[in-house]
Amino acid sequence: MNETLLVTLLAAGVLYGTPLVLAGIGELFAERSGVMNLGVEAMMLMGAATAFWTSQSFDGPGWIALTVSLAVAAATGTALAAIYAFTVVTLRASQIVAGLALLILGGATGLSSYIASIGDLARDTGKHRLPDYDPFGLADLPVVGPLLFDQNILVYGSWALVVIASLYLYRTRPGLHLRAVGEDPKSADAMGVNVVAYRYAHTMFGGAMAGMAGAYYTLAIAPNWVDNITAGAGWIAIALVITSFWRPGLLLVGAYLFGIVTSLGFTLQTRGVDLPSQIFSAMPYLLTIVAVVLVSSGWGRGRLHPPGALGDPYSREDA
Amino acid sequence: MQPHEYMEDREMLKMIEESVADSAPAGSSALAARGITKAFPGVLANDRIDFDVVPGEVHALLGENGSGKTTLCKILTGLYRPDAGLVLVDGQPVHFRSPAEAYAAGIFMVHQHFSLVGPLTVAENVVLGWTREGGFRFNRADVEDQVAAVAERLEMHVDPRAQISRLSVGERQRVEILKALYRGARTLILDEPTTVLTPQEADQLFISLRRMADAGESVVFISHKLDEVSALCDRVTVLRQGRTSGSADLREERVDARGLARLMVGRDIHFERRSRLAAAGEGAAVLEMSGVSAVDEDGSRVLTDIELSIGAGEILGLAGVAGNGQLALAEVITGVRPSASGDIALDGEPIPSGDVRAAVDRGIAYVPEDRMGTGLAPGLSVADNIALKAFRRPEYGRGPFLSRPRIEERTNVLITEFDVKGTVDTLARQLSGGNAQRVVLAREISSQPRLLVVATPTRGLDVSAMETIRGLLIDAADAGVAILLISEDLGEILDLADRVAVICAGRIQGVLDAEEADVEEIGLLMMGGSVERAEGTADAVD
Repeated sequence: MNETLLVTLLAAGVLYGTPLVLAGIGELFAERSGVMNLGVEAMMLMGAATAFWTSQSFDGPGWIALTVSLAVAAATGTALAAIYAFTVVTLRASQIVAGLALLILGGATGLSSYIASIGDLARDTGKHRLPDYDPFGLADLPVVGPLLFDQNILVYGSWALVVIASLYLYRTRPGLHLRAVGEDPKSADAMGVNVVAYRYAHTMFGGAMAGMAGAYYTLAIAPNWVDNITAGAGWIAIALVITSFWRPGLLLVGAYLFGIVTSLGFTLQTRGVDLPSQIFSAMPYLLTIVAVVLVSSGWGRGRLHPPGALGDPYSREDA
Repeated sequence: MQPHEYMEDREMLKMIEESVADSAPAGSSALAARGITKAFPGVLANDRIDFDVVPGEVHALLGENGSGKTTLCKILTGLYRPDAGLVLVDGQPVHFRSPAEAYAAGIFMVHQHFSLVGPLTVAENVVLGWTREGGFRFNRADVEDQVAAVAERLEMHVDPRAQISRLSVGERQRVEILKALYRGARTLILDEPTTVLTPQEADQLFISLRRMADAGESVVFISHKLDEVSALCDRVTVLRQGRTSGSADLREERVDARGLARLMVGRDIHFERRSRLAAAGEGAAVLEMSGVSAVDEDGSRVLTDIELSIGAGEILGLAGVAGNGQLALAEVITGVRPSASGDIALDGEPIPSGDVRAAVDRGIAYVPEDRMGTGLAPGLSVADNIALKAFRRPEYGRGPFLSRPRIEERTNVLITEFDVKGTVDTLARQLSGGNAQRVVLAREISSQPRLLVVATPTRGLDVSAMETIRGLLIDAADAGVAILLISEDLGEILDLADRVAVICAGRIQGVLDAEEADVEEIGLLMMGGSVERAEGTADAVD
């Protein structure tokens, strides 16, 4: 029962979708504050590299090594996001240019590969891998068992993150302030909301999440290192924020859908269906184009609009 | 002015202020200013201003643009700190360092530019940034109930669940007021609140402000509209050139608009009322529109079967509540927006639809409502703005090259003629509203048009600028230009126009003779009604 194509596909959706959920929610928060960070991919790769290096060189029990590795990945992402926030929030640089700069700095041809080469990360396979937990002993239930009750800590964490993110956005005052800062920073400022602090905080939170999403690759999916291990997932996370219309619940659904589509190629191949893999790897981007058209169409513009101040630097002096 | 002289001035003033502050009692005032002085380099914006508001009154702060009203209010609400003088709340001296401290003392200001976040709801905007109560959690339903209760008390009808971007300007203003009251405002300062309102919305606002005052709160009503001040306010303080030039208790003394105007401007104001054309509209028609319709970007119809004609030297007023097709009509005539059907003719010759260049060449001039975006290029100099429409004319250049000296020479002539306070190099965005409008009019009128389309030409201007602008329009009409005057100010239309056309939902509801029309009749037509006599008149004119 649990070996059917459906369950296999759904499980793959969760496996490959989880880093998209983590990085996507992080980017969603940054964008809700008006900051679009195109450097998600770089923050993920740096998180992946530093987490893997930490877990490989750490002497001690596995769970401590994994915890420390995750913390290092989050800290790395936060630090990169802080640099980015300094350039776009404080110095009010163009978010597009600064985001691409961050990408070049940390991306596949930048620091992440450099760290991997000086740490010789590609030499060995990983010593540690995030274990799956079955807290209620329900992993053998048909269909839902392997999906809901046999996952690692980051998967459970990503579910909690989605719920907390939704509550935060719509049921708390900081969430209200965050939405106001992203829509209309001038009005928010006039009402006493600290625009700069909100933008820094949420951009850096986005960095932490992207770092953890990167660590998921080297600590959960495949504990080893190859350069560019995230293979464009950071871009898909950015696309997901748009296709989910900046709503956490939809982002989770979208991430799993993208996860399924990503795995569809080799899942089908192992079952003897032979289609060019390029078709499947192109699917996420086709979905994104459809969503972007929807968002900018007449129907979507009123309902599904992006945060009003997305991409705009804010300065109190500007009229 | 030398820096050290400036300092000495300030020190001397400070001494004077302290003596004033000691002598004046301010016991029963909710909010008072004593000897407030504020200097900016080269300008003494506030010069020993005394001002006080008692609980339960609506107090007008009247003055022209640049008279120091705004500076005073920024001091009262903590945005600026005075060089000298005292602000007192309930008789106690206060020293606000930020608007937040003024809020805490119960003093709120409703600015002309609202601080509302469009995609959020009314209730969300009301609590935005307000952390004193409620803590971390945002309980939507609770806040909505509280907002509804305050709204009920003031007869301010607004749905707390509605999204701001779907509200009219008048409703948004109500939300700003609700926001202040929700936060416990006891003194509300409104900066020219009626500028953006229709007459009906303004009446509604007055009822609410009156209710606030009756409940013991205080309202400071900043305005330069004299009739509003005498209709609404209990007392008035008039500022001129940074000083208190007079004050009056309107409940006791009978002060008419003329008297207030004299206090405000320092001389008698004379609004020209036009001596009507003997036979309005009977001269050769300059503009003729028949069956003109137009649609919006999303295909909805904004103009339906417009029939209008304007004769040489005639001013046709177009009255209507804002957003009923006035903008579309102006744009169709000036070629900015193509018409969907119908014919527009100038001097008997049809003009092509949607062709701005043709309209300009044929002598259609346009003074748009959006002075600083459509009317002028804010980042360009006065000279460049003057040359904008006329650069093809041979006197401005040779072949593809423009002649800078000739443009500047011409601009200097116009600056003098139209009394613009600025130089050829002044950037448009640095001009005051009145001067910006003078530049637009200078450019348009000097192009010797056949037809001049003007939209809300005096909105936001003070009385002396208004006087000048009206005079310019009358002079243009007297010189034989046909003028379409689009305005939301009925008084202005009745003063200037020969005939009044009323527009509602993109249709001309009727055309009346301005001499015989009365405000109620026009008001009814503006709301989409049809008065028998009005219909009859319209038929007679057509």
